This record gives sequence, structure tokens and C-alpha cells, in this order.
Amino acid sequence: MRKILTPLIAIVVFLLLWEFIVWVNDWPNYVMASPSDLPEAYARFWKLFLVMGWQTLWRTVVGLLIAVVVGTLIGMIMGFSRTARDALYPLLVGFNAVPKATLVPVIALIFIGQHDFNTVLMAFLISFFPIAVSVGIGLSTLEPEYRDILRALGASKMTIFWKIALPKTLPEFFGALKVAVTLAFIGTNLVEIVSPHGRGLGALFKSGETNANYPLMFAVLIALAVLGILLYYAVVALEKIFAGWAERPQS
Amino acid sequence: MTNLIEIKDVHHAYQTANGPLPVLDGLDLSVPEGEFCAVVGPSGCGKSTLTRLVTGLMKPDSGEVWLHGELVKSPRKTVGMAFQNPVMLEWRTIMQNVMLPLEIVAPSMSKADREKRAMELLELVGLAGFEHKRPSELSGGMRQRASLCRAIVHKPQVLIMDEPFGALDNFTREDLWQTMRDLRAKEPFTCVLITHDLRESVFLGDQVVVLSGRPARTQYVLDVTLPADRTIDVLYEQQAGQMLHTLRDQIRIAQGREETHA
Repeated sequence: MRKILTPLIAIVVFLLLWEFIVWVNDWPNYVMASPSDLPEAYARFWKLFLVMGWQTLWRTVVGLLIAVVVGTLIGMIMGFSRTARDALYPLLVGFNAVPKATLVPVIALIFIGQHDFNTVLMAFLISFFPIAVSVGIGLSTLEPEYRDILRALGASKMTIFWKIALPKTLPEFFGALKVAVTLAFIGTNLVEIVSPHGRGLGALFKSGETNANYPLMFAVLIALAVLGILLYYAVVALEKIFAGWAERPQS
Repeated sequence: MTNLIEIKDVHHAYQTANGPLPVLDGLDLSVPEGEFCAVVGPSGCGKSTLTRLVTGLMKPDSGEVWLHGELVKSPRKTVGMAFQNPVMLEWRTIMQNVMLPLEIVAPSMSKADREKRAMELLELVGLAGFEHKRPSELSGGMRQRASLCRAIVHKPQVLIMDEPFGALDNFTREDLWQTMRDLRAKEPFTCVLITHDLRESVFLGDQVVVLSGRPARTQYVLDVTLPADRTIDVLYEQQAGQMLHTLRDQIRIAQGREETHA
């Protein structure tokens, strides 16, 4: 009960504060929308929110899934081979440092018209980095004793990976996945906003901007935040199932 | 009597940035079947390298390591290992931790049989009732007990221990010595124990091998002529006292220090 009530109260306080600041400054809603403007926007455009929200959500999730697979693979390569680690790190860091907004037109040109593909690709590109790094670090910092207890019995590298290295890396993996979830949303919306193609919450945001419908724009932002929270807690639930052992009882 | 472990004139050096660092320089060791061999020596003298040689995790530059009449070239299933760090897999229960080697060595063994075997050992070391706990819920001594069970669950011919009791407080350590003694009475295995604790080496060992400072060679071998069912009290009697004294002198020589006390 307390676990649900506390964050709920925090959200209500946040909304009240927002409402208050807008009210005190006497901002009209074409400068800054207030929470009380939002229900009207949702009521008017609820169908669009459902359709666009779903489009954003599935493309983000698919991008994230690809990021998990590819990120884990890159992490494994870097974790097991020193040479690969030395070779890949500067490339990965450099790639991650490139602002992804600059990649939108590049991708849009290479894969003209493939909007779903482009969006998923960007969600993937922006979110695989933390996963690759954390899996790589998790594997390369495995204490030698852990490997030795199985290696001394003649276990294969694959067995050691499945029985020891992988489960031991799970807490780090989920930590990275939580970061990756929110990043993937940024990737999806980047394409939807910068390269509009009439799909996703980003496109809805863009149309709000074009029509100077500020409440709509803010409603989109809140909807994105809600989706982000939902996906984040989905990851937390998975973490509880697969890496719950890493949680220490609080004293 | 045949020697289960036979190490003949082993030399080894690690390659470092500053050139080769010799750690073993003419190491000899022979342990008859069923015997307990305690190895002591100054810090950093290459004792842990010895464990990696016997388990086949590492090959020496020269010399031979024989196990049960076979030259050791790679890891084998007939070895059990325990370290100072109990190396518990936190995501498994104590029982599942103990069963781990069986999953590698005896994949065809049924789950029920594995559990039965694990439970048998957990009862022997006094961990009955804790089998479904996670390692994080146990004390350091209990984790080390579980680690011992895991090291011998697959009935290895040889148990190699690298300072398994080093991180425990004195009383817990003495408890575990007795557990070790009882385990040996029920589960015969040949054992090599690396330790810094001379009392431990005398209490548990049938022979105590003193290694010289790095690069290590066999400097002295002490036969422990105490009854097999010895108790801790034995350590406070004259016979053990003399052995401890001899060992202390040998360590001093190994450290390269002359007798300085008056």
C-alpha cells in the first residue's frame, strides 16, 4: 500500500506545483499549458492517443529487444576477449557520443520511406550501448575463482557462461536495461518528431506544434512519460523474477 | 603404497612486464592415497600456483605432475577445489550450490539422487535445515562449510584447498578443522591443503610440507605422528608443540631470516 501511495502522492504534488506555477505567472495556455488543460486534450484526441501511443510503444519495444540481443552479444565478445575489448571500446564510445539527432536524416536517406524500420533502428542504436558495456564489464570482472570451480572439473566455456557468467551478470544487465528503456523512447520519438511521417506520439506532438495546440503537445509529453514509466516497471518486474536474488534484505 | 599425487622437480615462471618471474624452482611433492598433505610457506611463495598445477588449470614450464599414475595435462573431473573465498553462487540455494559439480561431472544422475547426495553432506557438516537458504543468508563459516560440501560432492580423488579457513575467526576455524576431520573419516579422499596457519597444518595434516621463499622449492617435510582422531586439545600438548616449533624454525629459514632471538 505504502509502495503505491508514496509515488502517487509525489505525482499529485508535482501536478499541483505545475498548476500553481502557471497560475501564479498568469501564463496563457499558448505559452505554457497547465495540468488542468490536459483532460480536455485527452478527451478530444483520445483515439489518436491510443493509435499513436501503440505505434510508439511497439516500435520502442522492438528496438529495445534488438538492443538487448545485439548489446548482449557485443558485451559477450568484449567480456571474453581482451583484444575485442581494446578494439571495440573507442568505436563504441565514439559512436555513442555522436548526437543521434544527426543520424536521423542519414538513416532517412539510406532507407527512404521505411518509417517503421527507421524508427526501430534508431531506438536500437540509441539504447544498445549501456547494455553492451554492462554485460562486457560484468563478464570481464568475473572473479577467476568462479571460473575455476567449473574449469577444474573440465567444464566447457559455454557451460561456464550459462551456469556462472550469465546469471552473475544479470543484476548489471537489468541496471543497464532500465537506462536503455528510457533511451529507446528518446530514439523512437526523435525519428517521429525530426522526420515526421504521421505516425507515433512524436507525430502527434508535431501536429500540436503546427496547430499551436499547446495543451495537445503537453498531453503528448505526459503520455510519453506514462509509457516510459510502464515499460520501466515491466523491466523491474522482470528483474524481480530473474535477478531477485541480488536484492539484499533491508535492515 | 602408491602415491596418488606425485610432483617431480617442477619449475615455473610467470611472464610479467619486467621479464619472467620465477615462482617454482624445483618443487617436489608426493602424497600417498588417502593422505592429507598440508603445504605451508612464506607469503607469495607460489603456493597457489601449486593448486593450479595439481588441478591441471595450468601447465608447468618444466617438470611433471602425476595424478593417479597419469600425467596431468588438462583439468579432470576427479578433483575438487575450495578457496578462501567460498565462491557461492548467490542465485542458487545452498543445496543447488552443492549440487553444481554433479551437473558437470554426472549429468545423467537423477535430480533426486543429486539432492540426496548433497543433503547427505550438508547433514555431515551441520547445515541440515539450511539447504533452501540463499548464501547471503548464511554466516561466513556456514558458507565455507557449504563450499567444502560442494568440493567433495562428486567424490573426487583429490581435494585441493587454498587457504579455505583463512578468512574466518579463530573459533570458527577450529570448528571447521573438526568438521574437516570428521568428513575425512566418512568420505575418504586425498587432500592438499595450502595454509598459513601452522596449527592448522599440524591438526589436519598427515604430512606438512614447508616451501622455501619465492621461487619455491620443497624445503622440509614433517611427518605428523599424531593419532588420526586427534582433538584440538592435542595442539596444546608437548608432541604437537615440538612439531610447531620445528615448523616455525623452517618458516623462518624460508623467509631468509636467521635466528635473531636470544
